[in-house]
Amino acid sequence: MTTQITSARPAAGPRKGPRRRPAAPSATTVGRPGFAWALPAAVFFALFAIVPLIMVAVLSFMTWDGLSSPQFVGMDNWSRLADDPVMLKSIWLTLLLTVLGVVIQTPLSIVLGVWAAGHQRNRAVLSVIYFIPLLLSATAVSVLWRALLDPNFGIPAEATWLFGDGNLFGEQATAIGVLAFVSTWQFTPFHTLIYQGAARAVPRVLYQAAEIDGAGRYRQFFHITLPQLRNAMITSMILMIVGGLTTFETVLILTQGGPGTDTTISAYYMYDKAFRGFDYGTGSAIALALVVASTIISLIVVRVSGYDKMRSSMEGVS
Amino acid sequence: MRRRPNYVAGAGSLVWLFLVGLPLYVMLAATLRTRQDYAENGPVSLPDTFTLDNYSRAFDSGFGQYFFNTLVVTACVIGIVLLLVPPLAYAIVRSRGRTTSAIFRLFLLGLAIPAQAVIVPMFYLISEAGLYDNLLGVILPTAAFCLPMSALILSGAMRDISPELYEAMAMDGASPRRMFFQLVLPLSRGGVSTIVVFSALQAWNGFLFPLVLTQSDSTKVVTLGLYNFQTAHGIDIPGLLGAVVLSMVPILLVYLFARRALVQGLMGVGGK
Repeated sequence: MTTQITSARPAAGPRKGPRRRPAAPSATTVGRPGFAWALPAAVFFALFAIVPLIMVAVLSFMTWDGLSSPQFVGMDNWSRLADDPVMLKSIWLTLLLTVLGVVIQTPLSIVLGVWAAGHQRNRAVLSVIYFIPLLLSATAVSVLWRALLDPNFGIPAEATWLFGDGNLFGEQATAIGVLAFVSTWQFTPFHTLIYQGAARAVPRVLYQAAEIDGAGRYRQFFHITLPQLRNAMITSMILMIVGGLTTFETVLILTQGGPGTDTTISAYYMYDKAFRGFDYGTGSAIALALVVASTIISLIVVRVSGYDKMRSSMEGVS
Repeated sequence: MRRRPNYVAGAGSLVWLFLVGLPLYVMLAATLRTRQDYAENGPVSLPDTFTLDNYSRAFDSGFGQYFFNTLVVTACVIGIVLLLVPPLAYAIVRSRGRTTSAIFRLFLLGLAIPAQAVIVPMFYLISEAGLYDNLLGVILPTAAFCLPMSALILSGAMRDISPELYEAMAMDGASPRRMFFQLVLPLSRGGVSTIVVFSALQAWNGFLFPLVLTQSDSTKVVTLGLYNFQTAHGIDIPGLLGAVVLSMVPILLVYLFARRALVQGLMGVGGK
């Protein structure tokens, strides 16, 4: 911490990952566990995650209806998907919802997180209420909002001055609005938590120095707090993007992809193709596309956050 | 320290309080009033009846069984994670071998695999293994998908153990096994409780695996029960919301008694 404060641009340096010290040359292998300790977990994980992942790639080149045995069909699924207007639309919808999520939730959770980082008692009490959406499963959140926004018995029917005819699920624009809103309601507390932690870690001295220099609150916010939140921002945004790409329950329960296919995002389309249309090959192709997108983004996370370099910050310290 | 109140943040937090508070109020109020009251007076009005009927209706629609199933799934997932992750994290932190590095990288990559991506082959594998519509068929993949994040959380906690302690034990000729049981496990209890809460949340709130891998009422979990209740009795909003509240109760209890571990477990959830 103390070294952080004296450096000129504290945000740039620290979180990049711990410094690596050269390994001690002595006989440090004594008393160290072999890879056998990691093996059971690795085998279990390989069986239930890596093997299916390879199979999804293989299945994307096959046709399978769930009953007969899978048949190899080459690029058929892929070329059909490339010409499928619903698929193309679903990609746009997925991107739209993901971008909406990032754009709405990031400023909101930064403001809330910085606010909640204060140590005043009323903030602590309110924070408890703020974080309640976190406790609900995605299923419960979706079921709750489906009930609250019910066209006949929900809030829109009460407030027709705001919601028009009250059927928010009847039109594409309002249905997308509902999905973006419900995701925001569900996930903002989580991202607020990330920013709250990061805001608390900002060294006090920076603010004291700024105050001596006569900087007001807003200048402090834009020149100290925001730059210091850079790492938290990267983590949170990437989580939002990955989460956005794989949104599923919300769509299944709130809109069923409708009206028509107007909110059919890729993950939902995959489910629909595979488990309702019994076209598991095409479903696999969509799934593979999703995992490629998600992997690329996660590799960026690993790079940016320095997880891969985190062998140990304590090794060799003696 | 701060002389003027911060109006922007204060206003923002009030708006958020309203956005979170209103739905929660409507939900609780709806479950405690009669269906007729709800239908006639609308969701936002003050209830003028009181009843626990909605909860019993939700419970009678099968939620007792669903709760039991979810409990079984959650307990088994926690068991598997506790059995596999501590040795794994120990090896990640302490082993110098290339194989362990490779395994660690495998798990880092695993963080990027969403359940949706493997659900089709999972359905195939589980059906072939004869585990379709069997709770075990839900438990195994759910536990597997808890591993990467749990390994990351726990190895982070184990790194905080000072190397001097290992050296002292090595000096006494302790085997890796003894170090694990006498040093590493006792000193990483905080990390262990975090991964327990994290896996419990994943199992309790899991939806996609049960949706695709089970079918009958006797293997239904709570989240799936909610979904089905919504499709079947979408009109019975008070009953439906009663079911939602019931599904929250266990997590609320954890929130009351183990807030810290829960919040840390939740932070893990975001990295799924």
